[in-house]
Amino acid sequence: MTAVTGVSALSVRNLVKSFGGRPVVKGVSFDLAPGEVLGLVGESGSGKSTVARCVARLTKPDSGEIRLGGRDVLGASRRELRTLRRDMQMVFQDPYSSLNPRMTAGALIEEGLLVHGIEPDRRKRRDRATALLETVGLSAADADRHPRSFSGGQRQRIAIARALAVEPKVLICDEVVSSLDVSVQAQVLNLFRDLRERLDLSILFIAHDLAVVHYLCDRVAVLDQGSLVEIGPCGEIYRRPAHPYTRSLLDAVPVPDPAAERARQAV
Amino acid sequence: MTPLLELDDLRASFPGPDGPVEVLRGVTMSVAAGEKVALVGESGSGKSVTARAVLRLDRDASLSGRVLLDGKDVLGLSERAMRDVRGARIGLVFQDPLASLNPVMTIGWQIMQPLLIRGVKKKEARRRGVELLGRLGVRDADRRFDDYPHQFSGGMRQRVVIAIAVIAEPALLIADEPTTALDVRVQAQVLTLLRELAAERSMSVLLITHDLGIVAGFADRVVVMRHGAPVEQGVVDDIYARPQHPYTRGLLASVPRIDDDPSRRLSTVDEAALEGEVR
Ligand SMILES: Nc1ncnc2c1ncn2[C@@H]1O[C@H](COP(=O)(O)OP(=O)(O)OP(=O)(O)O)[C@@H](O)[C@H]1O
Ligand SMILES: Nc1ncnc2c1ncn2[C@@H]1O[C@H](COP(=O)(O)OP(=O)(O)OP(=O)(O)O)[C@@H](O)[C@H]1O
Ligand SMILES: [Mg+2]
Ligand SMILES: [Mg+2]
Repeated sequence: MTAVTGVSALSVRNLVKSFGGRPVVKGVSFDLAPGEVLGLVGESGSGKSTVARCVARLTKPDSGEIRLGGRDVLGASRRELRTLRRDMQMVFQDPYSSLNPRMTAGALIEEGLLVHGIEPDRRKRRDRATALLETVGLSAADADRHPRSFSGGQRQRIAIARALAVEPKVLICDEVVSSLDVSVQAQVLNLFRDLRERLDLSILFIAHDLAVVHYLCDRVAVLDQGSLVEIGPCGEIYRRPAHPYTRSLLDAVPVPDPAAERARQAV
Repeated sequence: MTPLLELDDLRASFPGPDGPVEVLRGVTMSVAAGEKVALVGESGSGKSVTARAVLRLDRDASLSGRVLLDGKDVLGLSERAMRDVRGARIGLVFQDPLASLNPVMTIGWQIMQPLLIRGVKKKEARRRGVELLGRLGVRDADRRFDDYPHQFSGGMRQRVVIAIAVIAEPALLIADEPTTALDVRVQAQVLTLLRELAAERSMSVLLITHDLGIVAGFADRVVVMRHGAPVEQGVVDDIYARPQHPYTRGLLASVPRIDDDPSRRLSTVDEAALEGEVR
């Protein structure tokens, strides 16, 4: 194969997926540059998670092409897939079902370091897990607790720490800050920013909070019933949304001001 | 007038490796009939434990204080009497929508259950279920009524859970982060429905959320939690205009706004600065 790949960390071409004959993703294409954060927004049920799951090879698309740093994801052999899995991590929309309830938080974070042979030394693994817990605002003592005993936002942070542990090149985040209080959310968003600066981490960031997307993402892609209807720099799209659906999304963003909100509901 | 729900010095602890860990340290608050109260605060501050304590759902939690529903303390009720309270008076939306759905039953079956238990005929239950799901913004609600949970997207499942909680018209709805997976348009639609139910049937709502934009537009009153207890409560306008507690001020300052300059780094609640002032 002649891999003339340019600089894309991730490239998705004509992704198509249907369930039971019903098309859900209808030919989606986009690129993610190294160190870039691309927001993916759209109505509930528009296909965002399906796109993410296809890219991470958790769901088999009907057709399309996915390249991670030039390497073919869909045609990857089992061995190639192992490295791909390390280079591309996903944090799920549902942090509850994605964390094995029988493992402790520490073991969940260490798992990737062990499986991929990144850190064979047990003590060092433990240290890295502890450091990650602290980075997401939890503490060393939390390493021995099981997922069930954590709050919703705490579990989500464990899932984030787990994904970051293996230092992926591409991170796919499906609504990962939506259940965090604004202060912890700010902490995680600032962490993502630092990681892209420092490690050139690229992020596909699915979110419904357009203010969060504005803060974190360079570009935003708008998905409407399985098709990308708009993609471009955040600032531009927010100032001049070309598609009526994008406009209606922007109009619906609530603002933290009781009087302004009441005035809007009245119309 | 007695409030519909009144928590009086509610405390909760869980068994830990070095003895019980207290996670609620005296929660006192109330919700009047038809009132919409928002419970906000730090992740891990005890919002969900508070919600579940009202229904006594955490079996390994030991609870003390009082949880008065219509003036009656539910902490003293037998498990049997508790079951009636859970079903009949209170609808609960868990923070974790997937875990509260049965994976092997259709979503329609699950939405109809609360009505069927009350003797509503199947056909009528289905009609009301489909209608409600439609009002919650699920496209093709009729056709998708017989789907299974795994066939629904995250936001669609979240709305199924809301439908199950409100279909039997509870006096109190406790909703724990019910809109985290919803895009802003659907979110507005869901909140409008809840507002209408509160107004039409005088349903009370205890809404747990971290989204201070939602709170601004929805709640009559706000309770701010930190470290297992409220640090501040009051009418929504007052809290936003004149937050008294430094934690509340820090929280309001951390909200990203769509009209912000994204190059400015988001602030977080400054824990170190707070410690001096708290407790
Ligand atoms: N079953 C349990 N055993 C031990 N500790 C628990 C248990 N459930 C909750 N906790 C702890 O109690 C505290 C309060 O948890 P709770 O789930 O109420 O937080 P929360 O305010 O809802 O947070 P979030 O916004 O992250 O959902 C947390 O520190 C959590 O770790
Ligand atoms: N396994 C499946 N079987 C059948 N239909 C599915 C399956 N997974 C997803 N769908 C359908 O595909 C569509 C897109 O779902 P997806 O989860 O990708 O949406 P989403 O944009 O992530 O929505 P949300 O914001 O609510 O999470 C929905 O109509 C959903 O019901
Ligand atoms: Mg989704
Ligand atoms: Mg919670």
